[in-house]
Amino acid sequence: MKKKLIPYSIILIFLIIFAVFYKSLKDTNIYTPDTKINNDIPIFSADLLLLNENSSSSEIFELDKFYLFNIWASWCVPCRDEHPILMSLSKNNKLTIIGMNYKDKKKNAKSFLDELGNPYKKIIVDKNGTNSIEWGAFGVPETFIIYNNKIIKKYIGPLNQELLMEIQKIIK
Amino acid sequence: MKIFKAFIIIFFLLFYNNLYANENSQRNEITKNLRCLICQGQSVYDSDSDFANSMKILVDKKLDQGLSEKEIYIYFKEKYGDWILYDPGLNKNTYLLWLLPILIFVFGGAIIFKRSIFKNN
Repeated sequence: MKKKLIPYSIILIFLIIFAVFYKSLKDTNIYTPDTKINNDIPIFSADLLLLNENSSSSEIFELDKFYLFNIWASWCVPCRDEHPILMSLSKNNKLTIIGMNYKDKKKNAKSFLDELGNPYKKIIVDKNGTNSIEWGAFGVPETFIIYNNKIIKKYIGPLNQELLMEIQKIIK
Repeated sequence: MKIFKAFIIIFFLLFYNNLYANENSQRNEITKNLRCLICQGQSVYDSDSDFANSMKILVDKKLDQGLSEKEIYIYFKEKYGDWILYDPGLNKNTYLLWLLPILIFVFGGAIIFKRSIFKNN
């Protein structure tokens, strides 16, 4: 019995190690945060891009309304790809699109909107990137769907036709 | 006079580095424990990426607002989850990480204890 204990325990230890390694082998090592969250939106106040004024979160987001909050920059190539989708969503009057201009130059951001159209009702300026961290974002583009001051859905990366359908389903 | 000069040199050697080493020390302490999410294997402190630089500014801002180190960790954990901290708390995803060393220690201790009893017998 005592002699058997050692080989059994060695086998057991190897099995545990195997299970742990096997599990982590399948885990992705690229971090993606949870996309289904029910967090409150952060409280902030920031400058607006096209108007010379300051606005706060409570002024921008009203209750009982759907908002699409999109982080973009003129230097970001995927933002250019998703822009037509934002344009088509802006025609939907159930949804208000708010933009956040991430680490961008004012001039470049304006010419980007002149070229491709402006789907945003208001655009917040995030000059040093701290505001997007308040939102829990770490890159551009990122899109949040907001209802009753809560983030109900979060999309990392550019929107596409499939996600457009999904968003339209959510706001119905 | 010689002794006086030596005293001055020793004085500066002992105290001079203290004069500027404390700058940003708390911010550095905190950013060393935050993982840079877009650069693999680097802390926010080590990284010079856009994301990490914004994080550093934000940590400064939070310190100015009077948040403690712990409150800042909680703040970032709420935003990004456990992964952002290098020192994760104990929860259902990390219990193995925390308990395995203890288990191995107890297991090893049990073997040694048993052996010593056998030897004494």
